[in-house]
Amino acid sequence: MITKRIIPCLDVRDGRVVKGINFEKLGDVASPVDLARYYSDNGADELVFYDITASAEGRALFTDILTETAATVFIPLTVGGGINSTADFDRVLKCGADKVSVNSGAIRDPSLVGKAAKLYGDQCVVLSADVKRVDGVFRVFAKGGRENTGMEAIEWIRRCVGEGAGEVVVNSIDTDGVKQGFDLEMLEKVCEAVHVPVIASGGAGKIEDFITLFKTLPGVDAGLAASIFHFGEVKISDLKQTMAEQGIPARL
Amino acid sequence: MIAILDYGVGNLFSLKSSFGVIGAEAFVTADPEVIRKADRLILPGVGAFADAAEKLRASGLDSVLKEEAAQGKPLMGICLGMQLLFERSFEYGEHEGLGLLKGEIRPIAEQIPQGLKIPQMGWNGLIIKRESPLLRYTREGDFVYFVHSYSAVGCDDSLLATTEYGAELTACVGKGNVFGCQFHPEKSGNVGLNILKAFCETEATA
Repeated sequence: MITKRIIPCLDVRDGRVVKGINFEKLGDVASPVDLARYYSDNGADELVFYDITASAEGRALFTDILTETAATVFIPLTVGGGINSTADFDRVLKCGADKVSVNSGAIRDPSLVGKAAKLYGDQCVVLSADVKRVDGVFRVFAKGGRENTGMEAIEWIRRCVGEGAGEVVVNSIDTDGVKQGFDLEMLEKVCEAVHVPVIASGGAGKIEDFITLFKTLPGVDAGLAASIFHFGEVKISDLKQTMAEQGIPARL
Repeated sequence: MIAILDYGVGNLFSLKSSFGVIGAEAFVTADPEVIRKADRLILPGVGAFADAAEKLRASGLDSVLKEEAAQGKPLMGICLGMQLLFERSFEYGEHEGLGLLKGEIRPIAEQIPQGLKIPQMGWNGLIIKRESPLLRYTREGDFVYFVHSYSAVGCDDSLLATTEYGAELTACVGKGNVFGCQFHPEKSGNVGLNILKAFCETEATA
């Protein structure tokens, strides 16, 4: 049976992982390559590298660490951040990324998803959507969640999947950082709307939040989180052990 | 030395790196001379069957592959590269494959119950059907990473392992010196690296 995936997300700026990360035994880990290897060794099913660099130098550093990671870590690697053109797809795919996630780039140029899917295949194109309730309606936000695009989110996601997005990351701005669990209401709407893998993001604070997610919404394929893994609040190996004990298919 | 055939399909960086970590020397190449000199061959591939089959023919590497395989050199296809080893595929029409293994490629939609997502994307367990040198380090239930919408059928004589996705789908095949993995061993952690290692230890057949 196909397993539910657990995906840590690493924000990278100027070639370093953002936020101080402190693991027992490992000490301070700021190297994305070391952290990626640590996660891979401890049961992560996939990794997301998110490039939050603004400068050209930072971007070059990012592709360097991507190359180094892909040469030493042999699980799927998704790259996002600053993907605005098929040339950007090309740049990160050449460095060993398996999937590329688009967010603001697709909002700016809605033809990007279709063009990339045609060139690299649907399985390679991940739509990442930052979604927030505004007056009771799910709206798509751009620029890291700062700008309301006014677009209705479920329709936007459905449209991008229609264009060729092979997977969807739904990041709920409403639950992000709150650590009270994933946004089940929002995720349910997305699962009803599309028939590609759905990755839940935003809101996980403890192991039980993942268990609730997968038990409540069988249509969700993966759970993504960042700081709770980085700060050791949730150990991926413990999480997956608990999933297996609770009857949720997990790769151990 | 291992030759990873470069015929313009997909990204071969991880594949080349994965051989590096298991201590095998691998080259990404389209040069028939290098391919003829290599001890083992890898046929990679992502994308659409017809496009890949056409590129393989246009490069002339299809006949090199067939000659080398006929001489007993170990050959492994990965993902779409595995599908190309069969007689034909029904992905958007009917297209001829290399015919090195008996069987054909059919949409998984025809094989599994409705309601499951296509492609199958993610980690799934292996159900071992037949002993093989390729799976000497692999145990029943080991997880490997799949991304596919099509799979091989009618390949009972080469079937090594399946995976359960609403129905049993072909995951791994091998007959004589010709092997194939529907999943990505280079993305399947240690389980995948061990399959690549086992492939590096297979013997040429006479």
